Amino acid sequence: MSTVPSPAPNSSPTPALGWTPPPRPTGAAAPAIPAPPAVDTLTVTVNGRPVTVPRLTPDWQGKPAPTTMLQACAAAGVSVPHYCYHHRLPVAGNCRMCLVEYGTPALGPDRQPLKNPDGSLVIQKSPRPAIACATPVTPGMAIDTDTPGVRAMREGVLEFLLINHPLDCPICDQAGECKLQEYSVEYGRAASRFVETKVHKPKQVDLGPRIMLDDERCILCTRCIRFTRDLVGDDALGIVHRGSYSTLAAYPGRAFDNNYTLNTVDLCPVGALTSKDFRFRMRVWFLKETKSLCTSCGTGCNVLIGSRENVLYRYTPRENDAVNRSWLCDFGRLNYKWIGRADRLRQVRVRGEPATWTRALAELAERLRAIPAGHAAILASARLANEELFLLRKLAQHLGAETDIVPRHGEGDRFLVHPDKNPNTTGARVLGLAAAPPGANLPRFAERLRAGQLTALLVFGEDPLKHGFDPETLQRAELLVVSDLLPNGAAELAHFVLPGCAHAEKRGTFTNAHGRVQRFFKALEPPGDARPETEWLGELWERLTGERASTSPERLFRQLAEEVPAFRGLTWAALGDTGQDLPDGPPPPER
Amino acid sequence: MPQEHRLILRYVDTPGYTPDLECYLRHGGYAVLRRALALRPVTQPDGKTLSPQEQLRQEVMVSGLRGRGGAGFSTGLKWSLVDRKSGKPIYLICNADESEPGTFKDKQILYKDPHQLLEGMILACFANDVHLAFIYIRGEFVEGARLLNRALAEARAAGFLGRNILGSGYDLEIHVHRGAGAYICGEETGLIESLEGKRPYPRIKPPYYPAVLGLYQCPTIVNNVETLCAVKHVIAMGGAAYAKLGTPNNTGTRIVCLSGRVRRPGYYEIEVGKVTLRELIFDPAFGGGLPEGRQLKAVIPGGVSAKVFRAGEKVRLKTRGPDGREVEQEKDVLDLPYDFTTLVTAGSMSGSGAIIVLDDATDLVEALANISEFFAHESCGQCTPCREGSLWMAKALHRLCRGGGRPEDADYLLHIANNIPGGRTICAFGDACAWPVQSFVEKFRDEFVARGRQGRSPASGEPPPAGARPAGAASPVTHP
Repeated sequence: MSTVPSPAPNSSPTPALGWTPPPRPTGAAAPAIPAPPAVDTLTVTVNGRPVTVPRLTPDWQGKPAPTTMLQACAAAGVSVPHYCYHHRLPVAGNCRMCLVEYGTPALGPDRQPLKNPDGSLVIQKSPRPAIACATPVTPGMAIDTDTPGVRAMREGVLEFLLINHPLDCPICDQAGECKLQEYSVEYGRAASRFVETKVHKPKQVDLGPRIMLDDERCILCTRCIRFTRDLVGDDALGIVHRGSYSTLAAYPGRAFDNNYTLNTVDLCPVGALTSKDFRFRMRVWFLKETKSLCTSCGTGCNVLIGSRENVLYRYTPRENDAVNRSWLCDFGRLNYKWIGRADRLRQVRVRGEPATWTRALAELAERLRAIPAGHAAILASARLANEELFLLRKLAQHLGAETDIVPRHGEGDRFLVHPDKNPNTTGARVLGLAAAPPGANLPRFAERLRAGQLTALLVFGEDPLKHGFDPETLQRAELLVVSDLLPNGAAELAHFVLPGCAHAEKRGTFTNAHGRVQRFFKALEPPGDARPETEWLGELWERLTGERASTSPERLFRQLAEEVPAFRGLTWAALGDTGQDLPDGPPPPER
Repeated sequence: MPQEHRLILRYVDTPGYTPDLECYLRHGGYAVLRRALALRPVTQPDGKTLSPQEQLRQEVMVSGLRGRGGAGFSTGLKWSLVDRKSGKPIYLICNADESEPGTFKDKQILYKDPHQLLEGMILACFANDVHLAFIYIRGEFVEGARLLNRALAEARAAGFLGRNILGSGYDLEIHVHRGAGAYICGEETGLIESLEGKRPYPRIKPPYYPAVLGLYQCPTIVNNVETLCAVKHVIAMGGAAYAKLGTPNNTGTRIVCLSGRVRRPGYYEIEVGKVTLRELIFDPAFGGGLPEGRQLKAVIPGGVSAKVFRAGEKVRLKTRGPDGREVEQEKDVLDLPYDFTTLVTAGSMSGSGAIIVLDDATDLVEALANISEFFAHESCGQCTPCREGSLWMAKALHRLCRGGGRPEDADYLLHIANNIPGGRTICAFGDACAWPVQSFVEKFRDEFVARGRQGRSPASGEPPPAGARPAGAASPVTHP
């Protein structure tokens, strides 16, 4: 995972952390650029190149703190290797990998900086190195990251880190995304001088229900400890023993089982902490990474899907300052297995018989045309994407159908988990598909079905039998259409079964509980006949109305932004990797 | 004739002197505190008014007193760096975690004259507007902690501590906190972490300078036991008079702990810089020389973390002659005055004032193995170079002592030791564990190379082993 400060959430052209790039030495007069907002800046040199950085930079909590050497180096495009430093954790300064040499301007007897004949500052080199992660920059400071001295210190630290390391990369799950491997190649020695016996520590430590620990691989950077203590608020992890025998451990008699434990696996720069779910299942370099979203609650955490040959192996958090920062809850992270279930709906069925999409959609369009206005209802799902809901909205308007969604509420927490367990309730609400409050129409639908006032029920991504409908009621419908991913009771009774796609199998956008519209992309091919909903809903629309309908999410999103006021001004491209907020924010909650 | 100058140790060891309040008062105790608390603001010629606290701080600044814990940092300067504008309380901690091997000076004060420490501490607290102070005492000083608590109770009962001390309106409470037996707790930020109830991992500086972000993130002063006692004498004599003791920039008296192969090991209070190492080791007033028939081989001048001096080693020093001109002289290390600056210039340090004398019967490889074993055991394990390097060196020396040496082991040890010190680690422990190895191997290289070749000590005179030596046999080094 990336440990370099990420760009601002909106991917605006402002560079990372808001500093201004150094002026380019050009011969011609620079064009008049409007003065940037007054940010107190200072200029330092990194490996001889000047770079101007703000005096204050947000720290791990977002509070302004003096800009550090490491941040100044990043601004200058110089990466400084580090293990313990993480921009979202309090600074520990213990790995000593980021040691750099530096100097400060020498002062004359008049306390003014001395200057060389060429006008540059005379630099007085510090006799001692400094850790770039914790040392604030001062005006005129000269930072050197590539001197023989710095290289020797990095080599020394790496040699120390490796003497007691088991060097078991071939069987280590971290291989391929291991900072110890990467820095050893880049900065380390080819051979070790160590001829003593290694320190042996516990292996295969069952730290908790989801985490396995190999203490011999641990480099004691304490990232996991700081995350768990300072961000989650769970003082579960710590170090026992001292010196070279220091060992990472969970509090005796306690399992490491909070809902955020798997983030420590991402944070662990080496193979000490591994996910029981993912370990030994796939070499990471084979994984295809697709930008996507977690669908387990209304937060809409940004994830990377790791997949290979149409099998989804893991979610890892994708950085987004506005949503999940660098984290993901364990529940959401592991809630992907349903996508690959063997019993996924994979066949288009018309009255129980397998059918082709062409035949099914033609017949369905014909049946829908026969339904008098006001006699159809659409039970949509807040698990569908904005674009799909947009097509359903058009369909509902065309049919004069009432709509609603199934609300899902659960427990939230103060960190990431939202009590709304649907990924797109906000989308369904602003698109007008949800009743007020969501779910309020469901009993009416059932009542009207029983009373024969409702003759067609179109269900998308939900099982009405679990939400207040009984089979007898459903059987009263002359037309029951069920589109879903997994087999459900209603599908058994449906006249039309139309297999849909999981979010990992299509493109689209969700609007999270805070009104942020975010994109997700396709990582996998859907099983069997299943097709993205936008495709066949567009086709159905065309058959129903004779109008051509867009089926690509990009075009649909453009139409949606034009037609639905809540989305005005948003474009697919501008959503970028981290999404954008609805211009008016989320609608107020309804109770 | 060099002789002791007892200021802090003036009464201890005199017959009948006991560590209770009554005895301390009989010897003029708490008179300085009484005087200090009665101070009035004075207006200086330039019109500035100095509060009593500022007057006391100025005396300490003028005295030139340097910390007696090991680093020799100016006490007056340390106090002046305290953030007094933060609005947070200021804490003072007495560092009584004396654990540098070879050092036993603070113990004398704690066990024999605890009230002197308390008086110095109350003075220091008053001077710095401190209302809550702690004495962090090493866990092994069980009796010391008991004596201190008794002294605190006596002082409290007599009105020297608590609310409205001696009617002055000044409040102060002092608590004793016992450590759990870790050398690193003597490092001031490690001590603070330990006092806060955490593992004693030294803090990174910046940003956690104790004077600004110390105990509970408040401004904090950490002073050694002996330093705080010296504060009492600075206030008693006046800073200028105290500064006349010792030598310029190395003022006052300090307690030297003499151990190893001398006839009269023990603690001696000397004027700083007025006595040479040679005098301390050989003069009848001090060490009285080595035992019969023994030759001096090496001296560790300031606790085991100080770099060793080889007997006969010469250093070039720049000194100012009586006419004020700078002259460069070559001096035998033994002729160096025992002070802060000269020993640092000579490449070592007077550290905690512990002089360890090694004679020609000492196996230096074994001695270094012993020292390294200590550091490997005491490294807190927080930062990489010291955590990994200290045990690596200890293991290499252990192997060397047990007959598994290689001729290249001298360089091997130097290579490890060179990667630890000089700002590569969070605290000075990195320097402390590397300096002995660097200096022993550099200055006695032949012995290490010979041991590497031979596998056995040349000094022991035994033939090389016929077969493999049984594991652990006759080795001072054991591993957990």
